[in-house]
Amino acid sequence: MNETYHINESGYYGAFGGAFIPEMLYANVERLRSQYLEIIAKESFQEQFTELLIDYVGRPSPLYLAHKLSKKYGAKIYLKREDLNHTGAHKINNTIGQILLAKELGKKRIIAETGAGQHGVATATVCALMGIECIVYMGSVDIERQAPNVSRMKMLGAEVRPAESGSKTLKDATNEAIRDWINNPVDTHYIIGSVVGPHPYPDMVALFQSVISEEMKWQLQEKEGRDYPDYILACVGGGSNAAGSFYHYLDELRTKLYLAEAAGKGIDSGHSAATSILGSEGIIHGSRTMLMQTPDGQIIEPYSISAGLDYPGIGPMHANLIKQGRAKVIPVTDIEAIDAAFDLTREEGIIPALETAHAFHMLNKIDFRKEDIVVVNVSGRGDKDLSTYIKYLNRPHNVSDE
Amino acid sequence: MNRIEALFTRKKKNILNIYFTAGFPELDAAVSVVTYLDQAGADIVELGIPYSDPLADGPTIQESGTLALKNGMTIDLLFQQVKKIRSQSEIPIVLMGYFNQMLQYGVEDFLDQAASNGADALIMPDLPMDVYKSDYQSMFEERSLGISFLVTPQTSDERIKRAAELSKNSFLYIISKSSITGSASNISQVQIDYFNKLEKLKADTPSLIGFGIHNKETFLTASAHANGAIIGSAFIRHLSKYGFEQDSISSFIDGILK
Repeated sequence: MNETYHINESGYYGAFGGAFIPEMLYANVERLRSQYLEIIAKESFQEQFTELLIDYVGRPSPLYLAHKLSKKYGAKIYLKREDLNHTGAHKINNTIGQILLAKELGKKRIIAETGAGQHGVATATVCALMGIECIVYMGSVDIERQAPNVSRMKMLGAEVRPAESGSKTLKDATNEAIRDWINNPVDTHYIIGSVVGPHPYPDMVALFQSVISEEMKWQLQEKEGRDYPDYILACVGGGSNAAGSFYHYLDELRTKLYLAEAAGKGIDSGHSAATSILGSEGIIHGSRTMLMQTPDGQIIEPYSISAGLDYPGIGPMHANLIKQGRAKVIPVTDIEAIDAAFDLTREEGIIPALETAHAFHMLNKIDFRKEDIVVVNVSGRGDKDLSTYIKYLNRPHNVSDE
Repeated sequence: MNRIEALFTRKKKNILNIYFTAGFPELDAAVSVVTYLDQAGADIVELGIPYSDPLADGPTIQESGTLALKNGMTIDLLFQQVKKIRSQSEIPIVLMGYFNQMLQYGVEDFLDQAASNGADALIMPDLPMDVYKSDYQSMFEERSLGISFLVTPQTSDERIKRAAELSKNSFLYIISKSSITGSASNISQVQIDYFNKLEKLKADTPSLIGFGIHNKETFLTASAHANGAIIGSAFIRHLSKYGFEQDSISSFIDGILK
């Protein structure tokens, strides 16, 4: 194992990670840190986790050979169908894992943050399943623009609390959730939705999401007679779907790893979330990583058409993979993502989430050889984004001739 | 010996530390507010460095920070203000901010500026003790800058001892309960037990109790269990309501001390 790409005992990926948290959070985070690996490794935990992933989430998710896309882009393109999971995205892999962990820790109350609402829905779902109280913090701006997911969470029995501070989006919802945890240190577990936050969250969430690449290995072995692809393509906000699809290939250097970052209206437009390009090293939500900030260290509010990529930081694992040159980043603008979404929909009959659409645009940017095996992680489905897509229905789309 | 150490050498009880955000309610307000606080009888001033994402603070302090940033507050301006304050007052000054602000400024430059302009100590609630010890402690000590670490009712005995040891050139910051700043309720028996435990574990390091201290009664109760107490959100609300003229500030301090 090449240690360069993995977390070390102190909770760092190279120079990134750690736990930069106020003392009010220390006892909770420390308890989690000292117990998560042991709890996850327990046979009873693994049995429950696997059973729920199979019977409740619907795993394994298919690995589908996209014939028309393959022809169009001149490579063998497989789609890892996380969009077919219960609740419509990869997010549920993590919330199933964390709710089981919370039960092991004896917690009676769950809090979560959400941007687009996908993680909020996935959290509300597992709380309903387990009969545990659930409070989801969501920026009041996002509550307005993601109304269907707010209704879903409420129907699932969760309380959706608006975050009114700062810019009233994901970053502020995260701040409010952390404050809730500070005020309720004993009975509450905080289910973070991405590979961000203080150690052990990035590693724990990556572990729960690693089921994606675990399945890819045997699925590729069955279909291609080898267990690795030449490329894996994923979008990155905080980076949990990318972490899950890269996890078992970090040391497989024959597999090239590509991240699509939200360039919003363009890298130089002042309206983007391209953290690895525009960001610098610093601390956000308890983790040392790359983030968008002013020279005075004030965190800059990012922009993307996709609420799930609208985060001013990036998980420390990815910050390290990028710095080490292990993963490459391609910035993708709003409009490029929209075009990629229509491309996938018209070629394969799959409407992707706006986040996922960013990953598909990278197919245009990489020179593949005909024999290359490419896996695109379809992190989520596009139902939640229909109102955005509908605005672009009449835009001319570059769809291959039949 | 910095001004905080000197203060605790000559005064042991009822030390009043007032927190407010630099750049609030107006960009240059800190210069006169600190001077008035000194004249009114406050013992220490904690100047908050406004931050976009103040995780450990409550809504009152965050709102004051948002306004301060809107007013144009910067770290360089803060250092200039501290320098101006020093031409009028020798009250001990603690700067409170978040570690990312110091990192972006450059830790050595930040500490140089803090020390040379007349600050006495720092509070960085998200700077872990082990990182401080391995990377920064010597830089602080070379400049005679103190640092205050926080302890809460959930902090283990062993960590309380470490925090007290590392805070000895400033004071141990005791969080009265598991709460973000600004909650207004009175002190319970459970908290009093916790304060008594701390008294034994902290050895010689002075201590101040913060979070939830908002009037004369809570100040006196807290002071009975430590060297004094810190008032933040209540003072910020007072500034919002009554302004930052000398009369407003002295009436607030009189309300606590007299």
